[in-house]
This record gives sequence, structure tokens and C-alpha cells, in this order.
Amino acid sequence: MLTFITRRLGTMVLTMLCLTLVVFFMVNLEPNLRKLSISQLDMRSSDEHIESWLVRNGYRDNFFLRYGRWLGVVQKQPNVNPQTGQPVPRFSHCNEPAEPYYGGILQGDFGCSTKFKTTVAAKLFPALGATGILMFWVMVTMVPVALLVGIFAGMREGSRTDRTLSVASIATTATPEYVSGIFFTVIFATWLGWLNGSAATATSQGISFHNFTLPVMTMAIYGTGYIARMTRASMVEVMTQQFIRTARLKGLSFPGVVVKHALRNALIAPFTVIMLQFPWLLTGVVIVEVMFRYQGFGYTLVEAAGNNDIDLLLGCSLVSVFVVLLTQLISDVGYAYLNPRIRVQ
Amino acid sequence: MQLEFISAGQIILGVLFRFWPVWLALAVVLGASIAYRRRLGLYGQLFDSYVGVAGVLICLFWVFTALFSATVAPFNPLGQIAVMKDALPGAIEPESGQAFLFGGDKLARDVFSRMVYGSRIVLVIAPAATVFALMVGITLGLPAGYFGGLIDNVLSFLANLVLAFPVILLFYLLVTPGIMDTPIPYAMAGLFFLFPIIFFCTLFYTRYKHRPRLLALQLGLTVLIGGWVYVGLVFDADPLGIISIRPNELNIFVAVVFASAPGVFRIVRGLVMDINTRDYIAAAQTRGESPWYVMLWEVLPNARGPLIVDACLRIGYTAILLGTLGYFGLGLAPESPDWGTAIKDASRLLRSYIHPALPPTIALMSFVLGLNLLADALREQSLKD
Repeated sequence: MLTFITRRLGTMVLTMLCLTLVVFFMVNLEPNLRKLSISQLDMRSSDEHIESWLVRNGYRDNFFLRYGRWLGVVQKQPNVNPQTGQPVPRFSHCNEPAEPYYGGILQGDFGCSTKFKTTVAAKLFPALGATGILMFWVMVTMVPVALLVGIFAGMREGSRTDRTLSVASIATTATPEYVSGIFFTVIFATWLGWLNGSAATATSQGISFHNFTLPVMTMAIYGTGYIARMTRASMVEVMTQQFIRTARLKGLSFPGVVVKHALRNALIAPFTVIMLQFPWLLTGVVIVEVMFRYQGFGYTLVEAAGNNDIDLLLGCSLVSVFVVLLTQLISDVGYAYLNPRIRVQ
Repeated sequence: MQLEFISAGQIILGVLFRFWPVWLALAVVLGASIAYRRRLGLYGQLFDSYVGVAGVLICLFWVFTALFSATVAPFNPLGQIAVMKDALPGAIEPESGQAFLFGGDKLARDVFSRMVYGSRIVLVIAPAATVFALMVGITLGLPAGYFGGLIDNVLSFLANLVLAFPVILLFYLLVTPGIMDTPIPYAMAGLFFLFPIIFFCTLFYTRYKHRPRLLALQLGLTVLIGGWVYVGLVFDADPLGIISIRPNELNIFVAVVFASAPGVFRIVRGLVMDINTRDYIAAAQTRGESPWYVMLWEVLPNARGPLIVDACLRIGYTAILLGTLGYFGLGLAPESPDWGTAIKDASRLLRSYIHPALPPTIALMSFVLGLNLLADALREQSLKD
């Protein structure tokens, strides 16, 4: 088990290196650098001006050298003003040491956000916290509902309950967040006026039932159908097994069989699915946070990408890739742990 | 100026009437399908269950809407008629005397016509991108599952790399106006669009290599047609000028193929590994067939059931992806009538007007729902066999 985890961790680190290299390449494409320098200077800067700004701030250095700097294995050099000979920080809103230093991801330095005029860490981690709260409530509502629906549908395959619930879960998987979000806003905010159509106040005044229900509902509904269908399929499979028939024949009641014998076996597959749902949720987070103006991770990612905020975007992608890979690892390890037949040697 | 309105009942009748070519085509196709369903194989069996009928009905409805959108839509989807700004459903446009059945949006365009024309964009890009993703996934997944070993390790690592990317981040990096100045989308298009040509060439070669005349004809046709489409799509240099694609559409297309091909790859790989253990594969290998013959003519036909189901789901998923792109204003032109862009525009004004938001959302949802129902019915049928 330990070698299995170590090997998976090794692959994970390699994957992260490859992915960050790709992202690093993409955000440093020529058009993106131009856009960044124009936003830092002004609209009417001449080409030489832009070029000299890029050279001065180190954007024209060797690609791998710069990747190494971001990673923290190559020293960052301070900018020296040629007239005075004094070091000047690249961006006025982040403190930079005046001497060469190692300052990258490995040292915990995520760099400097050009859009929010602060360090990436100061922006990214509160946003992650806010998204964590959202995710928590989504999970709390989504998982039990989905499991219940799946179990009830899969208990008696082909029954009326099964058909109704199956069609309902198909319908929710066909409703992406930006569709259900609009339906819910129209119904609950515009018509009934029960809930807030925006979660912008959640950041400033705290979370309440009014401003947080719609985002949570919107996000939960898309995943619910998917998990429910997986649970149903797994439940249906378990219910046809020999040991269920034996339990029935020895005179146990139907609910007893379901609760005591079927459930535990049927919940292994959905566990993996729930874990692998996280990458999906990340996309959902972005849509929902933009739609309901909630200042979390997804909102930050969109702002960073829209304004080509290189360091912030790199930080965001690092975090999201890390989350995805970590959940994959947990899902594999958990699956092996839960299912005695697949214990890794 | 005061606008005149038609009543709610008249709106419903008007909408039903506008769709007359669709109803006609549906009646013809469904009538023929039900009459001959015993001879139509898997497609005919779909009509045995309500879910299947519903799926076929919804999908065909949108296919015909896309086909006949010029007849169905009363107005130009991009045309702005200033009086009709934010007009409520049923408002009569003074000049032509025709009603804006679902009202006007904030740029005074007819919501109904935009929804109808939007189906064209979604129904062209989503299935086409899915076909290309299938080609890429199958061509790479077959050898990975069949040979295993190093090929499998390398390809699986690459597939997992793409799958570990959150889709939205991938799109923000790949679909930007800036990237069209770089050769990246064209290089990727050049790579992806090569796969169908390779696929069909290998397909024909492995089967007919002992019949050189037939083979020459098939390879010639494949290369000719494939090359023609290839030149038209990748270099936008079709000598006949029939096939052309705008750079931003190519960009979206490539990004969508890139995002969904690894999923297909995984499924194909798993299916191949499963089928590999069957007796008929061993028989073919004993006969001395080449590996590619076994993969393409023994394994692939037996993997078609799950692949068809997956293709159905995947078209729906691609439609959702396109909607996401539109929702974030990536790639598609800002005035484009596709559903995602329409949803984005309408969702900003939800507080004051809800009528521009509902038609595109319902359209997108019903289309994806139709595909999912179809996939579900197909799965049921293939499990029965």
C-alpha cells in the first residue's frame, strides 16, 4: 500500500510539473505579454516602450530560467534602475528584497498579482477559503440527496419509482449550472422574491440563507443526478447478487436486506464517483461564482484569466490541478481500502 | 410609440405554426421509422420504450430546426429593430406586421429567431467535434489497450494530464483572441484533423491489402476527400472555396476536441482491454492477422455498443461545453446567436427582464436532455442483447 501511494505521489508531482510548464508557456505567449505590458503602461505606448518594459521586468529572459524562478530553483534578480543604480521593485504593491533571492512556489512565494495590486497569496487564500465554504454546503446537500435517490431507484429495478427517479436524474445531468442558475433565479428571486439573486453580500456581510441558497442549489443539482445514477447502477448490480437472494430467502424483511446487506456494498462505487466529481465541481464553481458574484476561487480565476494576471493565474492553476490530483489519489486509495477484493499488494 | 401585442394563446399558436416544416419532417421520419422499425436494427428498437421515443423525438426536432432555420425564423437573428428593444413576448413589429413571438432582447433582436438560428451553431459544432474526438480517441486508445506496455503508459499519462486540467482553465488558456495570432490552434488542428485520414487509411489497408485495385480506389478517395477537407479547415485554402471555417470557430473546435478526446481514449482503452481476453481475438491472432487488423476489424466492431452510447452523451456534453464557452464570452463572436452567448447576455439583465433568458436555456436543456434520454434507451437496448 505504501509503495502504491509513493508511486502515485511521484506521478502526481510529475503531472504537476508538466501541467504548470504548459500553463506557464500559455500565459507567456507573445499576445498575452503584450496585453499585460499595455495594461501596466498605457494604451498609447510605442512598441519600443513596451519592449523595454518587458526586458526590464525580465519577461524576455530564457523561458526555462523564468520557469525555474517561478518554481524557486533559480534565483530572482532585483531590477536595477540604470540611472540611479538603485534596485526598484517590479510592482510597487509587492515588497521585493533588494538582493538576489530564491522566491518561488517551493518557498511559498506565489508572486505578485497585477490585477488586484497585492501579492497572490493575499488574494488567493481568502478566495479559496470562501470557495471551501461553498463547496462544503454543496457537498452537505448534494451527497445525501444523491445517495438517497440512487438507493431508492436502484432498490427495485424497473419499478415506477425507479423510472421516475431515473428520468429526474437524467434531467438534472442535462441541466448545466448556467441553465439551472437562471431557472432558480427567475423562480425564487424574480417571481417569488424569497431569495437573493446575488451572493455578493455573502463576502461582506456573511453567509445567510437568503444569499447562499441559490448558489448552493445551482451547484448541487448538476452533480446530484450524476452521483444518483452511479449509485443506482451500483445498487441494481448488488441487488441481483446471490447473497441478497439468500438473505431474502432466509426471511429477512426487504428494508432489512437493503440496509444491512446491500448498502455497504453498493456505496463503494459512488465513493469513487463523488471523489472524481471534484474536477467537475471546479468548473461549476467558476460558473456559479461568476453568475452569483461570489468572491471565491472561481471568480478570482476568471479575473486573472481575463486580465492576463500571470502570477495569479499560475497560482490558480496550481491549486486546481493539485485539488484534482489529490482527489484522484484519495479516490484510488479509498477504493482499494473499501473494497477488500482490490487491496493492492 | 405604443406597441401592439398578441395574446398568450396566439403566441403559442404562432410558435407552433412557425415550426411547420419541422412538424412535417418529423411526421414523415417518425411515420417511416415506426412502420419499418422491425427492419431498422438498433434504431428501430428505440421505439419500443417511451424514453427512446422521447429521445429520438427531441433530437430530431432540433436537427430539423437547425436544417430549416431559415424558414422557421421570421426575422434575421442579427437584425436590430430599434422599437423592439426589450419588447415583451408577443409584441408586433410595426413594419412587417409580424410578432416577436418571444419578445426582443436588449439589442432589439428577435429572441425566437435567435434561438432557432442558435441551434444551427450548436448542432454543427457539437456533433462534428464529437466525431473528431472519437477519431482521435479511438486511433490512440486501440493501440494503448491492445499493446499495453510503454505505448499505454505514455499515452495514458498524456491523457491524464489533459483530464487533470479543469475544463474552464483549459478554455481560458486555449480560447483567447490572442492565441489566434500564434500558430498553436493551427498546429493542433493540423494534428487532430490528421487522425480521421490515418484512421480510414489503416481501416481500408488492413482489410483489403490483397485486393490492390479496390484498395487503391478506397485510399485514393480517402486521401482526396480527407485532404480536401483538411486543406479547407486547417489552412483555410480550399481550392473550390466550399469548405471554410473562421479562425475563432476553428479555435473553439480544436479546444473542444482537445478537451474531450482523452475521455474517449480512456473508454476505448478500457473496452479494448476487456475484449482482448475473448476467444475470437485469440482466433484472429492465431490466423496470423496483423495487430491493426485485429484492432480495427475484430475489436472495434465489438466495442460499438458502449461507444455509440458514449457518443450520444458526449454530444450533449459538448453542447454544454459550447454553452460554457458562450457564457464566458470565449471564442464565439459577441453577436453570435448561439445559446450560450444568449444566456450570458440575458443573465445580466435577469432582474428587469426574464423573457430573453428562458428560450435559449430551455432549448439547450431540452437538446441535452434528448441526447441523454437517447443514450439511456440505447444502453437499455444494448444490455438486452
